[in-house]
Amino acid sequence: MRFLPTDEQRAFARSLDAMLTAAGTPPAARAWAAGDPGPGLALWRRLGEAGVFALAVPEAYGGLGPRPVELAHAFVEAGRHAVPGPLVETVAAAALLAGLAERGGTGPANRFLPALASGGTTASLVLTGDGLALDPDVADVLFVVAGDELRIAPGHTGIRVSADPVRRLARPAPGGEPLATGPAVPASAARARRWALLATAAQSLGVGLALLGRTVAYAKQRTQFGAPIGSFQAVKHRLADTLLGLEFARPLLFGAALTFEEGDLAAAKAACGEAAHAAARTALRVHGAVGYTEEFDLSLWLRKARPLRDAWGTPSWCRARVLAELTATAGSRGTG
Amino acid sequence: MDLTPTADEERLRAEARAWLRAHVPAAPLPSLETAEGFAAHRAWEAELAAARWSVVSWPERYGGRDADVFGWLAFEEEYYAAGAPGRVSQNGIHLLAPTLLAHGTEEQRARVLPPMAAGETVWAQAWSEPEAGSDLASLTSRAVRTDGGWLLSGQKTWSSRAAFADRAFGIFRTDPAPVAGGRPHRGLTYLMFDLRAPGVTVRPIGRLDGKPAFAELFLDEVFVPDADVIGEPGQGWEIAMSATGDERGLTLRSPGRFLAAADRLVRLWRTHGDPADSALRDRVADAVIGARAYRLFTAAAASRSAAGAELGAGSSLTKVFWSRLDLALHETALDLLGPEGELADSAWAEGHVFSLAGPIYAGTNEIQRDIIAERLLGLPKGRR
Ligand SMILES: Cc1cc2nc3c(=O)[nH]c(=O)nc-3n(C[C@H](O)[C@H](O)[C@H](O)COP(=O)(O)OP(=O)(O)OC[C@H]3O[C@@H](n4cnc5c(N)ncnc54)[C@H](O)[C@@H]3O)c2cc1C
Repeated sequence: MRFLPTDEQRAFARSLDAMLTAAGTPPAARAWAAGDPGPGLALWRRLGEAGVFALAVPEAYGGLGPRPVELAHAFVEAGRHAVPGPLVETVAAAALLAGLAERGGTGPANRFLPALASGGTTASLVLTGDGLALDPDVADVLFVVAGDELRIAPGHTGIRVSADPVRRLARPAPGGEPLATGPAVPASAARARRWALLATAAQSLGVGLALLGRTVAYAKQRTQFGAPIGSFQAVKHRLADTLLGLEFARPLLFGAALTFEEGDLAAAKAACGEAAHAAARTALRVHGAVGYTEEFDLSLWLRKARPLRDAWGTPSWCRARVLAELTATAGSRGTG
Repeated sequence: MDLTPTADEERLRAEARAWLRAHVPAAPLPSLETAEGFAAHRAWEAELAAARWSVVSWPERYGGRDADVFGWLAFEEEYYAAGAPGRVSQNGIHLLAPTLLAHGTEEQRARVLPPMAAGETVWAQAWSEPEAGSDLASLTSRAVRTDGGWLLSGQKTWSSRAAFADRAFGIFRTDPAPVAGGRPHRGLTYLMFDLRAPGVTVRPIGRLDGKPAFAELFLDEVFVPDADVIGEPGQGWEIAMSATGDERGLTLRSPGRFLAAADRLVRLWRTHGDPADSALRDRVADAVIGARAYRLFTAAAASRSAAGAELGAGSSLTKVFWSRLDLALHETALDLLGPEGELADSAWAEGHVFSLAGPIYAGTNEIQRDIIAERLLGLPKGRR
């Protein structure tokens, strides 16, 4: 057992971090929120070149995958840098099509997977018929699963504002081109959900780490009562608890990437989501009023923490899955 | 990055499982915080030791199996999953033994470790004093030089299991001068002493449920031979601190305990849970998630340590996490039991009382948070 990232995994994460730092993601996120996806899509292409989207796509379709551990590393970086766009949805859509191909439906995989893997195509995805789709106005294609049918939505309702303005939401329009029907669809959708849980959990962890890092830096530099606020115990202890939450969520994330079982993924999602949400509350408090402003970049991560916590499985849904999985395996494991 | 156990770990795990299945007492032993339970637990330690299961990570010559940390973790998972008794020798095994292995003499190891492994000598930790708890370095008990050794005087308190234990280890002031000079960490010496030696008075203290789980020690010129000084006189603080990492970190509370407890909690939830009560259900799930997180965090820490890294202040993260998890697990269990949770003679009730102390002993969680903030986050030192 060596439950630590390999040198290659570390180097991959470091190179993404360096690339995103150099690119300067906050302006791209702000432009995305304002309806100009250009800079965000430029980032998208660079992530594609780095192989990020290929990690969920099998080699037969131009991918490098499946590689959940590497994907988790990549999405931690995407979260840390607040990269805009339907990143999770694109990965989940790719997993959905790969699942269909495994079950004999290779048509949609041949048609979409190579471009999804390279980052040339962006996708959004809804697994519950009329659920809210992320960024359907920007995505090249909006996949919709309803029951045992997969189709391409012909359009969507008007964009609605999210608590995180960088996330733009709308419902898919009815009808559209059918891509597949039958039991392979829900089975592949379940697989897509696993990738979505993993990627969202990783993104949450990254958001939490960014919030903590920025808040620690601020607490060292902001002075009140003649001392840095980070020397006050009430501040210290909140930040210590934030680190605790994130550091115990991290191994759940990578453990789930290894087992890829739904209960483990749900546990990781709940823990990463809650830890990042708590990090956001602490970050806001420790920054005082400046943290409550839109113009300060901290707001990009602050507003993302809660939507990510709830997307693709609320904490309560995740917890129910954890227990359901135990019940399902209790007989075979003999632990009763 | 992988979680696959090695063949050696698997072999150790299978062997432990088979032995435990055949030997774990069918009915739980009486509480080890009572005279009767203490005796029963001592006998269990002897049985474990006879089969070389009491200290699997120690060298074979002292009664261990030379298992590495992954082997030890696997053993602990099997141990607690089998419902085996709590360890009456834990303070000696997890606090004194690592110190002796790192800083003791070969003579001390050969003399002290085998009877500790067999439960023949049960050790108590004598660090805290009435006026020196969190601020441990302010302790005032003294050791004064005498012919061939030292004379201990002063008062220690909150010494777990000292009411029934045989010997104790602790730090004493051998050079009183530094107190005035404001460098309280200097001039301390780490010593072992006999709880039945002339000059020692042990006063048992009842904990919240009345059981004499710890004791006060009054020391009046208690003789300790030079052979029982650990390391060099004056180096007591450094030597003692190298063990607190173990206490808070990997070894004192293995993930196996919490995995087994979470398993029992899920079973309790299935029999006692109200399916409509999703708030309680979420807490059960959180306990499961927490135990899993702790197991994986430990696997990562063990991997780092196997690769040569020091645990350092990271052990403070561990300590706060397991103490909170233990408390949450037991509070949830009592809530599932409802009004029956009030009954004091259940395993959950006993565990609950014990879990209440987790945020206090081994360095309070407030002190651990200071360490996390200053050493892991690099925040400035402040007024304490
Ligand atoms: C069940 C149990 C078993 C124990 N077993 C042993 C044993 O075997 N051997 C042994 O030597 N000791 C043992 N102890 C003692 C334990 O180590 C001490 O209780 C602990 O270090 C705290 O010291 P104190 O009780 O004097 O509390 P204090 O230090 O007086 O603290 C009281 C409160 O003030 C807070 N506080 C103190 N200083 C600060 C600060 N700077 N910043 C913020 N908050 C602060 C503490 O966190 C705590 O909440 C045991 C305690 C318990 C409860």
